[in-house]
Amino acid sequence: MRRKALHAVRSLFSPLLPDDYLELINPLWSTRELRGRIERIDQETPEAATVLIRPGFEWTGHLPGQYLRIGVVVDGVHHWRAYSLTSEPGRQDGCISITPKLVDTGKVSPYFVRQARPGDVVRLGGVEGTFVLPDPPPAKILFVSAGSGITPIMSMLRSLHHGEACVDVVHVHSSRDREGVIFANLLNEIERAEEGYDLRLRITGEQGRVAPADLDLLCPDWRERHAYLSGPAAMLEAMCERWERDGNPDLLHLERFQPLIGGELGEGEGGHVRFVKSGVEASCDSGTPILVGGEEAGATLPFGCRMGICHTCVGKLCKGEVRDLRTGEVHGSEGEMIRTCVNAPEGPIEIAL
Amino acid sequence: MNATTTELESPLAHLSEGQLEQLAGEFDEIRDRTFADLGERDRRYIESMIAMQRRLAVLGRVLLLGARYRPAKLAGTAALSMAKILENMEIGHNVLHGQWDWMNDPQINSSTWDWDTASTAEAWKHSHNYVHHTFTNILGKDKDLGYEIMRIDPRQKWNPVYLAQPVYNLLLMAFFEWGVALHDLDFEAIRKGTKSKAQVKRELAGIRSKAKSQIVKDYVAWPLLSGLAMAALDAGLEARGGKRRRGGLAGVVRRAVDGGGRSYRAAASANATANIVRNVWSYAIIFCGHFPDQTHTFKPAEVEDESRGGWYVRQLTGAANIEGSPLFHVASGNLGYQVEHHLFPDLPSTRYAEIAPQVKQVCERYGLPYNSGPFAQQLGMVQRTILRLALPGGTPRPKPGPYRGEDHPAL
Repeated sequence: MRRKALHAVRSLFSPLLPDDYLELINPLWSTRELRGRIERIDQETPEAATVLIRPGFEWTGHLPGQYLRIGVVVDGVHHWRAYSLTSEPGRQDGCISITPKLVDTGKVSPYFVRQARPGDVVRLGGVEGTFVLPDPPPAKILFVSAGSGITPIMSMLRSLHHGEACVDVVHVHSSRDREGVIFANLLNEIERAEEGYDLRLRITGEQGRVAPADLDLLCPDWRERHAYLSGPAAMLEAMCERWERDGNPDLLHLERFQPLIGGELGEGEGGHVRFVKSGVEASCDSGTPILVGGEEAGATLPFGCRMGICHTCVGKLCKGEVRDLRTGEVHGSEGEMIRTCVNAPEGPIEIAL
Repeated sequence: MNATTTELESPLAHLSEGQLEQLAGEFDEIRDRTFADLGERDRRYIESMIAMQRRLAVLGRVLLLGARYRPAKLAGTAALSMAKILENMEIGHNVLHGQWDWMNDPQINSSTWDWDTASTAEAWKHSHNYVHHTFTNILGKDKDLGYEIMRIDPRQKWNPVYLAQPVYNLLLMAFFEWGVALHDLDFEAIRKGTKSKAQVKRELAGIRSKAKSQIVKDYVAWPLLSGLAMAALDAGLEARGGKRRRGGLAGVVRRAVDGGGRSYRAAASANATANIVRNVWSYAIIFCGHFPDQTHTFKPAEVEDESRGGWYVRQLTGAANIEGSPLFHVASGNLGYQVEHHLFPDLPSTRYAEIAPQVKQVCERYGLPYNSGPFAQQLGMVQRTILRLALPGGTPRPKPGPYRGEDHPAL
């Protein structure tokens, strides 16, 4: 009955959805995709800002430590990025927050840190990630974070701070300089308020980096603790090795941020293509469009003009980057629509065709 | 009739291979420069255009709830007609061309968009974006040259069926939406068997499903809503007014049903009018794109081994612009810049007016025509051609000479 009614209402708006009209009144009312409105932006450091977002009514919540796919428009172009949620689950006001750090060559972090204004509407994708604090939390915890790697830890810490559980936490956090410590005030505040929270701040510009050997000094009982590590790949690898050598790897939990793609690849390297829908795999050399490579490998792909004008051949990029054979420009991010006739893979890619 | 009288010199005959390559470079540069400049203002334009179109549609639909009142019917029909025109022309046609794909928007994207017409987006993208825009004005290959039912070029072979084309021209004008949907099927491909039965079946199912939602929306759902609203209004007014109830409750119901029925019919006829207004308008704009006297057509042999420069010249000379006000250009989806659209089909429509002077400069430098004319003149030429070529024979109309700047009218 309800479905029939919905169907009848929809028939009034075909080929659009009622949502297309509802969102004219309030963009957060769309049920087709989740959106959020920026409520407040707090500058944490000269290069990092906490963005407080009010999600639409469909927000399903998150676990402390998870990250969120978030879509924003920069210079007219829509981009998707993943950021760790820095708010604890179930905030009173229903808001969530992320805390991006400026990447000078990036597109999205400059938007959040420098341009975004309260009232801006963003798209909210899925919440993902297995780097989470269990419920109930372990009794003894070690957090090791560096730089902006503190963001998922912050959500965990906030959730512990607001929770009832009495937990023993040692937190080793590194930052290049003092003014670059994200959440400095909040960390100090929590340390004053919580007897069980012990912050070991390391300013690496003055005191050098935290080495695995330093663990014994910073946290002598580290072997007994559930450890949550988040930071640059080099730090994670070094620490990981220590746990494997003389700790208990079962107690170790890591957040690996994706390495930056590009830069190390030479001009037009070509690459391996996986066509997700058809399951076909193909290799393209530097001058071979994805379309041609796919057809040679036996895939049936949509195609049209084969010169980049008709957009018949577009497919959604799931992974990797591509090179526009007309301009040589390397581009592509997850979810981008790619014309297979004029783009070659740049490294391994996956495309939804 | 002497066969040679139907031959015209190719518009690119005077250009060497080197010149054509250079010309291609110049057009590529215009394209690259414009694409590199796309940004926030373009996004704002299309987003506010879509928002405005939807508000206009809502306004039209709400006014037409009271369609039995003449002023509401007139205003509602006008608003709905305009909304349907914008939806098809400036929004649907251009989004489906991929003109806004650069924004990487999940909704305003050629791969996800659907429009208010009987053609499925998929079939239309094939017949229009691919077949028409790739093989533009090549006799026998561009199915849009007369849409396989009309003879609009003297080099197309005459057939007695064309005697009726002045009549079905008018029918096509009124029911353009349905004509386009059927045209997408590509009857020649079906006849020759180059299209599989399964494919044809799938496309027919697509049209059927879209046709159903088009008909239900405009001729069942909205009129019904109008009828119910007015019946409720009548019953409510009668109850409140405390008038002497002729015929008791049954009388009230009968009068409400009568009033509702009248509203239903009025709303349905208003929707039909809006659809026909939209159909006639898009017919007129689209027929003026390639069928006025100035445009060149090409035989398959002429475009064998065509270079990129040759492709550009074919697009340039195969299309004709319509001169008009900014409002005219928006309402025509900027297809008044048909020349620019055919050179750069996936460039956002808003940029066509901006690049037109650059395109004219290229025409001037390479001794090429820049086809353009006022709306009435272009449409008149098209109608004359349709009437004349219903009969056998006919010769190509004189073509404009090279573009020589604003002060030197061509011809």
